[in-house]
Amino acid sequence: MYIAATRRADQAGGIASAKAPRRFARNVPANVLALGAVSLVTDISSEMVTAVLPTYFVLTLGLSPLQYGLLDGTYFGVTAFVRLLGGQVADRTRRRKLVAGTGYGLSAVCKLGLPLAGSSVTGLGLVLAADRTGKGLRTAPRDALITLSTPAPDLGRAFGVHRAMDTIGAFLGPLAAFAVLWATHDAYDAVFVVSFCVAVFAVLLMALYVRDHHEPAGPRRESSLRAAFALLRLRPFRRTCVAATMLGLLTVGDTFVYLVLQHGFDIPLRYFPLLPLGTAGAYLLLAVPLGRLADRVGRFRVFLGGHLALLAAYAVAAAPNGGRAPGPLLMWTVLLGVLVLQGLFYAATDGVLMAAAGPLLPVHLRTSGLALLQTGQAGARLFSSVLFGAAWTLWGSGPALLVMGAGLTGALVVARRLLPSRSPLPEVTG
Amino acid sequence: MKRALGLLLGLLVLIGVAVGYSTFAADREDDSAVERRPLDLAAGGQLVFVDTARKGGHRTVAATAIDPAGTTGPARTDSGLRCERFAVGAATGVCLQTRGGPLPGTDALIVDGAMNVRRRIELAGTPSRARVSASGRMVSWTVFVTGESYNKTGFSTWTGILDTRTDYTLQNIEAIPLTIDGKRHRSADVNYWGVTFAADDNRFYATVSTNGRTYLVEGDYANWEAHTVRENLECPSLSPDGTRIAFKKRSGPTTWRLHVLDLATMRETPLAERESIDDQAAWLDDHTVMYGRGRDVYATPADGSGTPRLLAAKAASPTIVR
Repeated sequence: MYIAATRRADQAGGIASAKAPRRFARNVPANVLALGAVSLVTDISSEMVTAVLPTYFVLTLGLSPLQYGLLDGTYFGVTAFVRLLGGQVADRTRRRKLVAGTGYGLSAVCKLGLPLAGSSVTGLGLVLAADRTGKGLRTAPRDALITLSTPAPDLGRAFGVHRAMDTIGAFLGPLAAFAVLWATHDAYDAVFVVSFCVAVFAVLLMALYVRDHHEPAGPRRESSLRAAFALLRLRPFRRTCVAATMLGLLTVGDTFVYLVLQHGFDIPLRYFPLLPLGTAGAYLLLAVPLGRLADRVGRFRVFLGGHLALLAAYAVAAAPNGGRAPGPLLMWTVLLGVLVLQGLFYAATDGVLMAAAGPLLPVHLRTSGLALLQTGQAGARLFSSVLFGAAWTLWGSGPALLVMGAGLTGALVVARRLLPSRSPLPEVTG
Repeated sequence: MKRALGLLLGLLVLIGVAVGYSTFAADREDDSAVERRPLDLAAGGQLVFVDTARKGGHRTVAATAIDPAGTTGPARTDSGLRCERFAVGAATGVCLQTRGGPLPGTDALIVDGAMNVRRRIELAGTPSRARVSASGRMVSWTVFVTGESYNKTGFSTWTGILDTRTDYTLQNIEAIPLTIDGKRHRSADVNYWGVTFAADDNRFYATVSTNGRTYLVEGDYANWEAHTVRENLECPSLSPDGTRIAFKKRSGPTTWRLHVLDLATMRETPLAERESIDDQAAWLDDHTVMYGRGRDVYATPADGSGTPRLLAAKAASPTIVR
C-alpha cells in the first residue's frame, strides 16, 4: 500500500527521476543549502539568548531559579497544537515557505520582547511561549521543503548537511553572546537586540534565497487536521510514528546524562559546560557521513543503530559507581566516549528519521505528516524527562539510567519488528 | 544579482542597528555617583554588600557606615571588585564572580582584608550563596546548574567548603555521609545549599534536598558526617550568639517566608516580613535579621515583632563588619 502512496507522492512532487545514479557525490540542492544557511543564522540568534538567559533571569532580574524553571517548558500543549495547525495550513495553501517564514519571524520578534517584558514573570512567560511557538511552526514545513527539494535517494545526506549547518550555528551563538557582553560591559539588552538583528537576517536570507516547492495543483484533495491524522492509516507511517514515540519515551535528556557523569566521575566543575559542546561537536562531524550511510544501507537501520549508540552511552555513564575515583586517563576516555556516542545518536536519528519518513507521505500532506511525527516525538521526550526525573529521585541516578536502558532495549526490539529494514525507495520497492 | 544586492543592503542596515544599539548600551553605564577606593574589611562599623545601583550588568562590592543602632549612612564606597554574592568574616571575604567567555561559569575568589584576591577557585553554574565563618577560617559557597531546559534537569546545586587554615577545598560536599531521621541515606540524588558555620569552625548547618524533600542538616566537618534536624527549612543562617537559625520556609511553589528557629526549644517564629524572600538571610546583630528583598536590602526584628525597614537600596548579599 505504501509503495503506491510513495509513487503517487513522487509523481505529484515532480521529482523527475529517482533513478539517476545515487552513488556518486552529487551536489546538495541549492534550496537545502539555503535552508541550512537560514538555520545556521537562526541558531546563532537563538543560542545567543539561550546562553545568557539563566544568568539574565536569576542575577539581573532577581527571579528565583524555581520561577525560571516554571517559565520553561509549561507551554508544550500550545506549541504542539500550533505545530499541527501550521503543518495543515502549509499543506492546504501549499505555501510552506510562508508558514516556515512566519515561524522564523515570530521567534525573531520575541528576541525584542525579552527586554521589553522587563521582570514581569507573566510577560517573560508569554515571550518564551511565543518563541517556542515560532520554533514549532517552522520545523515541519522546513523539513518538508527539504524532502521536496531533494531526490529521494539523497535525502539522508541532504538532512545531514542541513543538521550540520544548524549545529555550526549552535556553536557560534554562545561565542557571539559573550563577544557582545564583553564589548558592552554586560549589557544584556544589547545581546537581545543583536540576536534580533541576526534573526531578521535569517528571515531575509529565507525570503530571498529559499524557493517554495510548487507541485502541480492537480485534483484538490482533502487536507484538514482530520486528513493529517488519517495519515496514521498509512501502515508504514503509522509504524514509524509508533516506533519514534516509543523510543522517545525512553530517551533520557542530555543534561541528565551529563549530571550522571559529573556525579560518577567527579569531573572538575569548570569543565561541566564543555560536555554539551562535546556532544554537539560529534553531531556536527557525524551528521553528513551518517546521512550518507543511511542513504546507502537503509535509513531505519541507521535510525535504530543510533539508539544502540545511546544505549552504550547509558551503560558507560551508569557503570562507574564502584566507589573509587577513576584515574584521569580513564575519566577522560570514558567522558569522550559518552559524548561521541551521544553525538552519534543525534547524527543517526534526528535528520535521518525525517529522511526516512518524508517519502512515506504523499506530497499534499507531507508537512502535516512530519508535524505529527515531530509532535509525537517531542511529547514523548517531555514525558520521559518527567519520568526519568521521578526515577532518579526514587532510585538514584545509576539505577534510573539502567532501568531506562533496559526499557530502551525492549523498545528497540519492538521497533525493529515495526520498521522496514530498508527505506521504501522507488528503486528498492519498484 | 538583485537578490545579492537586497541581502547586502539588509545586512548593512542590520549591522548598523546592532552596532548602534551596542554602542549606546556600552556608553550608558554610569559609575559617576560612587567613590571608588579600596575597602578595609577589618574596619568595624560598616555594612558590606553587593551594590546593584548601576545600570548594565555591573555589580560590585561596596560598603557604607552603620552605627550600633543599625542606621546606615548615605555615602557608599565602591571597591570596584565585581561580585554577585559576597560575604565577610574577620577580614576574610568570599566573592562569587561570574566568568564570561564562551564557557561561562563562576569563580569563588577569596580576598583578604584589603580586598586583594588570595585565591581563585574555578566553578561552573550561576552564583547562589556565599558565607564565611565568624573567625574567617571556614568559607563556603553554593552555585546552581541549569541545563538547556530547567525542568528537564530539575535542580542541581554544588556547594563547596574551603578551610583557609589548611587550604583544603572541597568543590562539592554531596558525598558527605548523610543520616536522615536516624537512617543512613544512600541516594545519589542529594543537593546541598546554603551553609552556615558555628563559632567552633567545625559544626555547620545547611540545606539538603533529596527524594523531593528538603531538610536542615547539622554537619561535623572534622568527622565528616551530617544528619537531618528538621524538614522544610532552607538557607539556614546562625545567629551571632549561636542560639537561633534564620531560614526561609517554603510557602508556595516559588515563594518562601522568613522564619527564625530557636535551637533550644525548636520553636519556629515567622518574621514580620510578608513578602516572599529567596535569600540566605544574615544577622545584623543578635536581634535583627537582614536579607535581600527585590533589589534592596531590608532588616526586620528576629522575634517576629515590628515591621521590616529598608537598610540599603539597590543592594544585595549584605554582611556586617562589627
